[in-house]
Amino acid sequence: MSETVPITVRVNGRERTAAVAPRLLLVHFLRESLNLTGTHVGCDTSQCGACTVLLDGRSVKSCTVFAVQADGEEVQTIEGLAAGDDLHPLQDGFWEEHGLQCGYCTPGMIMSALNLLRENPSPDDARIREGISGNICRCTGYQHIVNAIRNAAERMAPA
Amino acid sequence: MIPTAFRYRRAGSVAEALALLREGGPGAKLLAGGHSLIPMMKQRLAEPELLIDIGGLLELCGVHAVGDAIEVGATTTHADLAASALLRERAPILAEAAAEIGDAQVRNRGTIGGSLAHADPGADLPAVLIALDAAISITGADGSRTVPAADFFRDILTVDLEDGEILTDVSFRPVRSAAYAKLPQRASRFALAGVAVALEMEDGVCRAARVAVTGAASHAQRLPAVESALVGARLPEGAAAACEGAGDALDFVNADLHGSEEYRRAMVAVMARRAVESAAARG
Ligand SMILES: Cc1cc2nc3c(=O)[nH]c(=O)nc-3n(C[C@H](O)[C@H](O)[C@H](O)COP(=O)(O)OP(=O)(O)OC[C@H]3O[C@@H](n4cnc5c(N)ncnc54)[C@H](O)[C@@H]3O)c2cc1C
Ligand code: FES
Ligand code: FES
Repeated sequence: MSETVPITVRVNGRERTAAVAPRLLLVHFLRESLNLTGTHVGCDTSQCGACTVLLDGRSVKSCTVFAVQADGEEVQTIEGLAAGDDLHPLQDGFWEEHGLQCGYCTPGMIMSALNLLRENPSPDDARIREGISGNICRCTGYQHIVNAIRNAAERMAPA
Repeated sequence: MIPTAFRYRRAGSVAEALALLREGGPGAKLLAGGHSLIPMMKQRLAEPELLIDIGGLLELCGVHAVGDAIEVGATTTHADLAASALLRERAPILAEAAAEIGDAQVRNRGTIGGSLAHADPGADLPAVLIALDAAISITGADGSRTVPAADFFRDILTVDLEDGEILTDVSFRPVRSAAYAKLPQRASRFALAGVAVALEMEDGVCRAARVAVTGAASHAQRLPAVESALVGARLPEGAAAACEGAGDALDFVNADLHGSEEYRRAMVAVMARRAVESAAARG
């Protein structure tokens, strides 16, 4: 039962090929095989959203996806957001509005916010809260995260 | 948490998935969105030897108008149901219930077929499909069959589906005057009590009603007493009277730290009233 399966996944625009055990979770593939440790493991039980990445453009909890399921697909992680030294508007928003304290939930929050703004570029606060309801933050009380996402939505709006 | 090792095959078609199921025997399992199965595998409550991935099967994906019915493929995600313009217009109950499942990430992966086949007692869609009087299509080695949604759910995590069979799609006649109301468990959003109602209204009077409950009992099921109480009632005025005691008719009610039996029975009546009022407001 130690078979491995060859997979090819485009991660942050770069093609990655590997032979993986089918039971390898996407989050472990990202963190351990590719050394992309920005994606965190919080609960490991599909609850907290710390492991959120975009798979084929949609937010998923990467602790609840096998790496083999991502074969042939596109994955975006927090490492893929900034362009060199230029932060993504969501990263700027979290910076400006103090959207984090310990930062553990932040990569997942930002990837969920990205999914939200793709569907709804100018959400009201209730929509923002719904959009991040799959992500748990133990520090901030959420208010600054909501402010950060609103701030980013304003930056991203076409002038 | 690491699941037991297994072999993985991605099916390119329903025919191939059926052949793989036959080959794999009782150790084989279908994988759709994985949002019930993977958590169970991580806890080693499920230890399949072979996973047959049907998640990407376009053949089974999408919401389509077929004659005067709507057909929904098994691998359509909750997010796609929620975003479907066809459902929003002709059967908004299904789009709205899907939009209330879990959270965005769960909706992006979880599928209608997986939700129905898994039949979690707190799953939302089973009640909605019973209220819509949907037909569930199933295909296996010996051909295809359809089962009315009301007969499909048998017991906790138990449905009318044999090893080796695939749920391919659900089909129903769209009803606009239908609505779903649930009391969600605050963390997971699974229903502690959820009621789906589909009405036939004429000049403010209910001519026919289908009502189904989920979350409170072992499996989704009709509430015949509420259905008969609704027929002939003027709505929404008569909703509360018709739904009074709606939860009392259930033989078995779940009780856990999220809600006692008494509380859930009471909440079934409240959710039934809310669903009837919303459905009636749609005319
Ligand atoms: C954090 C969290 C919150 C959730 N909240 C809710 C909620 O509020 N409401 C709700 O209703 N659900 C909720 N769910 C469950 C979610 O909707 C699941 O996606 C769904 O129950 C299963 O669908 P799936 O496609 O992920 O199935 P999978 O996990 O892939 O499969 C589940 C089972 O069904 C079988 N199966 C799958 N597809 C088929 C098919 N086409 N034919 C035959 N058998 C098949 C599989 O073999 C497996 O046994 C939640 C899940 C999580 C992780
Ligand atoms: S680590 Fe994936 S949801 Fe918590
Ligand atoms: S900032 Fe610490 S968990 Fe969110």
